[in-house]
Parts: sequence; C-alpha cells; structure tokens
Amino acid sequence: MDATVGRIPRAGNEARRLGQFILQELKPRGKVLTPFNVISGALIVVAAVLLAIRFLKGLGAITNLSQDFPWGLWIGYDVMTGVAIAGGGYVLTFMVYVLHLERYHPIIRVTVLNAFLGYVFAAGSLLLDLGRPWNIMNPMIGNGFGVSSVLFLVAWHFFLYALMALVEFSPAAAEWLGLERIRRVLKGMTFAAVVLGITLALLHQAGLGGLFLMAKGKLHPLWYTEFIPVLFFVSSVFAGLSLVIVEGFISRKVFAPRLGWTLRRTHEDVTLGLGRVCAGTLFAYFFLMVVTLLHGQKWAYLATPMGAWFLLEIVGFVAVPAVLFAQGYRTRNVKTVQAAALMALAGVLLNRLNVAIIAYKPLAAVHYVPSWMEVEVTLAIIAAEIWVFRWVVNRMPVLDFAEVAPKVELAVRRTGAAAA
Amino acid sequence: MIDRRELLKTLCVAGGAAVVGKNLSAEQPAAGPAREAMGVLVDTTKCIGCRMCEFSCADAHKDAGLEFPEDVDFTAERATSEKQWTVVNRYETDRGQVYAKKQCLHCLQPACASACLTRAMHKTPAGPVAWTANKCMGCRFCMVSCPFDMPKFEYDSAVPRIQKCVLCWERLEEGKQPACVESCPSGALSFGPRAERLEEARRRIYAEPDKYVHHVYGEHEAGGTSWLYLASVPFEQIGLPTDVGDEPYPALTREFLYSVPFVEILVPTFLLALSAATKREKDREAAEANAEGEV
Ligand code: SF4
Ligand code: SF4
Repeated sequence: MDATVGRIPRAGNEARRLGQFILQELKPRGKVLTPFNVISGALIVVAAVLLAIRFLKGLGAITNLSQDFPWGLWIGYDVMTGVAIAGGGYVLTFMVYVLHLERYHPIIRVTVLNAFLGYVFAAGSLLLDLGRPWNIMNPMIGNGFGVSSVLFLVAWHFFLYALMALVEFSPAAAEWLGLERIRRVLKGMTFAAVVLGITLALLHQAGLGGLFLMAKGKLHPLWYTEFIPVLFFVSSVFAGLSLVIVEGFISRKVFAPRLGWTLRRTHEDVTLGLGRVCAGTLFAYFFLMVVTLLHGQKWAYLATPMGAWFLLEIVGFVAVPAVLFAQGYRTRNVKTVQAAALMALAGVLLNRLNVAIIAYKPLAAVHYVPSWMEVEVTLAIIAAEIWVFRWVVNRMPVLDFAEVAPKVELAVRRTGAAAA
Repeated sequence: MIDRRELLKTLCVAGGAAVVGKNLSAEQPAAGPAREAMGVLVDTTKCIGCRMCEFSCADAHKDAGLEFPEDVDFTAERATSEKQWTVVNRYETDRGQVYAKKQCLHCLQPACASACLTRAMHKTPAGPVAWTANKCMGCRFCMVSCPFDMPKFEYDSAVPRIQKCVLCWERLEEGKQPACVESCPSGALSFGPRAERLEEARRRIYAEPDKYVHHVYGEHEAGGTSWLYLASVPFEQIGLPTDVGDEPYPALTREFLYSVPFVEILVPTFLLALSAATKREKDREAAEANAEGEV
C-alpha cells in the first residue's frame, strides 16, 4: 500500500523535473550572433516566406517544375542525395553490431544521429514537394495500398527505417534525461533494430533507384539500366561512409570541447579504416558501372556530349576517389582520405542529380533548371538540419558517450599503459 | 455480404502486404471477366481536325476545370495539359496533312496505376484509368512513369489534382459513350468493346490495304492500350511514340519487387548468423589476448 501511494507523487516529481530540465536545455548555448547563425537564420526566415507562398499558391509559384519535369531539386537533392548520404547509419551499425568491429564504436552514436536526422529532413523536404501532403499517410493507413508500386515499398521501408534509427539512438536521449531504467530497456532493443534497420535501409536505398525503372525512354541510356537499384544501394554505402568521414573532420573542429577522449584518440584510425571500406565499395561500384555499360552495349553513347558527362561522373568522381581512398589508406594519410570523401560525396550528388534531373529527358526542348527559390529552400533545410544536429550534440552524450565498448577501452588503456 | 467478403479480401491483401512487404505481382490485375473492357478506335484517315472532341471534352469535364482554347491554328504541336485532356494536332506527313487526336491511351497494364502508391490512379474493369482525389498525395510518380507523359499536375493550385483523360468513366457507367466519341462528326472515333474495335481496325486494313499502314497502334504498344489508332503514315509521323516497346511497363519493376520478400527474409537471417560468427571470433581473440597478457 505504502509503496503505491508513495510512487505517484514521485512520478509527478519526476515529470516536473524532466519538464524543467527540457525547458532549460531548449535554451541556446554559447554566442548566439555568430556569422553562421546569422546567415543560416536568414536562410531559414526567407525559406519560411517562400514556403508560405508555395502552400498558398501551389508548387509552380516558387519552383521551375513542369509537366515534363515533375521532379526537381527537392527530389533530386533533398530526397535522393539526402537519403544516400544518410546511408552511413546502416553501414556503420552493420560494422559495429554485426561484424563487431569495436574500433568504430565511438562514432556510432553521431553516425546514427546523422542518419536519423538525414531521414527526418528528407521526409520533411518530401512534404514540401508533395502536391497533396495531407494525404501522405494514405499508403500507411490503407487508404489505398499500392502494393505494386516501388514508391509504396520505398515509403514503408523509409518510414520503418527512420523508426529503427530512432530506437538505435534513443539510449542517448534517455541518458541525457537521466532515465536509467528506460535507457536499459531501449538499449536492449538496439540489436533487433539494427538487424531490421539494415534490411530496411538496403531495400529503400535500392528502391530509390527502382523508381526510375519505369522511366525507360526518359532517362538517358547511359544512366538507365535494370541494375539501377543495385547501383543506388552500393553507392549509398560509400556515400554514407564518406559523409561520416567529412562529418568527423568537421566535428573535431567545431565540437572540440564535446569530444570524448576515445573518439579523439581513435579519430585517425577510424578515418583510415572507413577510407578503406570506401575504396573497396567504390571500386566495386566502378566495376558494376562498367559491366552495365558493356552489358547494355552502350559504348557508342560515350562519344557524345552526354557520354563525356557520364565519363566525368564515373572516372572523375568514382574512379579517382577510389584510387585516392586506397592511396590514403596505404600511406596512412588522413588528409587524402578526407579529400577522397569529399570527392565521393560530390560524385553521389552528381549521380543523383544526373538520374533525377540532368540526364532525365536530355532532349526536352525546355530542360528543368531549379529556380533560385528552390535552391534557397534547399540551403535552408540543410541549415536547419545543422541546427538540430548541433543542438543534440551539444546536449546529449553523442561524441563522448560513456558506454564505449569495454574492449576498446581496454585495448586503448593497454596501449596507453605500454606507452607510459 | 459481398461487401463484407470484399472487405475481408482487401484486409488480407493489405495485411499480407504490410507484413511481407509487397505482394508478388507487379502488374495490375487484368480486367475481370464480368465486364468487357471497352476501347476507342481512332481512324486518323477520317479525322478532319474540327476539334469537336476537344470542345465536348472541356464541356463534359467543366468541373475538373478544363478549358477549350478558341484560337488554335495548328502551327505548333500541342501537348495535353492540366486544362486540356485531349488535343488535336496537324502533322505534315509523307501523304499530306494528317490530323491526330491525343489523350491518355488507357493502357491495359498502366504504368501510372502500378506506380501509384495509394491506388489513387487505378484501372477500372471497364477500361478507363481513373484518379481518386482523396487518395492522391501528389507525388507525381505517375507522371515520371507514364511512357506517354499523360498525367498532368496543377502546379498553380494549392490543392492540385492530377489531370488526364479518364475515358468518361462516369458516362460509361450510365451506359453512355465518351463525350468525344459522341461528338465526333466524321466517324474518326468509334467506341465499343476493345476486342471488337480491334477487329474493326483489322477489317479496315484488309478492306483498304493501300490506304492504311498495316499496324494497329495500341494493339501491343506498352503491353496494349484501350485506345487504338489507324493511320495512313508511319505512326511516328503523327506524334505517337514508337519506341515504347511491347512489354507492359509494370513488368520493368517486376524483378525488383519480386526480390523484396526474399531480401526481407534472407538478409536478417544472414545478419544474425554473421553476428554470431564474428562474436565468437572476437571472444576467442579476446581470450587469447588475455592469455598472452598474463604470460
Ligand atoms: S497512357 Fe499513361 S496515363 Fe494513360 S493509362 Fe497509360 S500509363 Fe496511365
Ligand atoms: S501523384 Fe497521385 S495519382 Fe500520381 S502516383 Fe502519386 S499518389 Fe498516385
């Protein structure tokens, strides 16, 4: 009896404590009027105005979309590229929880956070692009299960994967809120979320490519192949890891005080190791590209202007970064690996824009070019994502979380002891 | 009773789809035997370019916001739009001027419907491919997928619709003909069961072999369409795409969709096995390292 009576006020106190804590945490920290904040804030304000116009007057008011080009920058960049570069989440959980490569454990949280935010913001961008966004839940609630649609598959797998990423990240939030018991429960769900998450991610990454299977005759033959789902999947592996490398580089500078010592210590090894995986997948991707080219007997197109553009993509932004990654790994040169990562990211951006926009109906009389307003909104979305990322990283145990795998700690301690 | 059975069936399909991922068939179910699929035959040799079909279409679908442009001089080729579901163009061909009407072809296995993730775009058993407002989320995937670029989108509306010819499905249910067919004064358009229209097209070719190209456009194109075309000149000369192939478009995604349930079962199994294997490996290494450390 006593126990139950006592528990209720305690629960109330607890809720109050949490509420106050969260309010406290919502306040900005550090200097507010930094150049970055001012610029990104302005971007977001302008975007809000533009989006108000978009929702009042329709997509045509601020975009250059047309009957011939129903998908533009918001799909080609915000969704297609955004999801590809958020691929680091599932690849790294695979490396850490399935392959037990403990060395990568220190960056797991920041990577999963990045992936989760990547998905949330991709979904947000999609909402802006949908003509009738109020119906977005229809394929979930069954107001039409379009089971023969690749997009139906992508929608479900995307949605469920984002949930899995949230579960994977949730222990960090629980730690931040000081909810130990809940943290333990959530932590117990991680492995299942990882296994499901990898499967779901694999399918929707491939599915995004699959969206173009019926665009046969619209997509330039050099980019159209029945293997496009495989290409999208493989490229998401190195795209995701490249973003992890670049993000690691930036975080080290920007969030220096938040960095845990394990993370700082292993930074170089982790970057090089990821570089090696990138090199491997990039070579595989290059090989696949060449095989589809030969298989489809499409080499005649290479001698055209679009062919030159295609070669620029697969040589300049696939083969070259692949070599750089390998080189950087071999000579243990972190700078080279980071440069390669930037190039690989540019390559994926180029590929997604090519498929969704540039090589889509290349012969159209009036080709789509995004309006400045579409570009502005895209930049604002990136800015907003960075804001949220920064807010979380500055508050939750992401870069310095305590539960570093004991084995790493042990290994590091041991080498540390040896050095001392 | 029937309703309940239908509901159950839908629920089972939906449930199965949600659990396994997708169903196993990329194509839309073929039109049921209960109702014969209808079609329209366009004989471009008979078309006089009066644009009555355009007029009656705009008139019949005023509610959808369609308009009839008065000042058309046929100098530029026009495409259908969100305000015009059908247009008549004039083409300079090897055999003089030919007029040809264009609209959604109402494919037998429509790319647009198989692309639609909400079934807003759907093939009705009677033949028309129709669109349902309260289902559509405006993703425009139907537009990307249609080989004939027929679905159009209202970019200038806050509540945009997908616009395309719906083959007057409501009129068909009332037992009437499509508005355009009814208004055609020259006999260029004729409506009836598709199979019968196809027979009629063949009959005309046999009867006047010099007049027609020996091909019925739409018999096989993109897996077959409800609209069929006859012409005196090769079809690319009257603006019909001849590179769409005979394969139904939904078949292009079939292999990918088929592979999904397999991936969903095999990948997690593989991941579990792999995880167990590497864990054992790691533990052994750790044990060895410890043993060495002790030595
Ligand atoms: S022509 Fe296009 S819009 Fe019409 S049914 Fe075929 S795929 Fe759908
Ligand atoms: S725009 Fe509407 S009708 Fe077209 S595929 Fe998307 S949900 Fe379906």
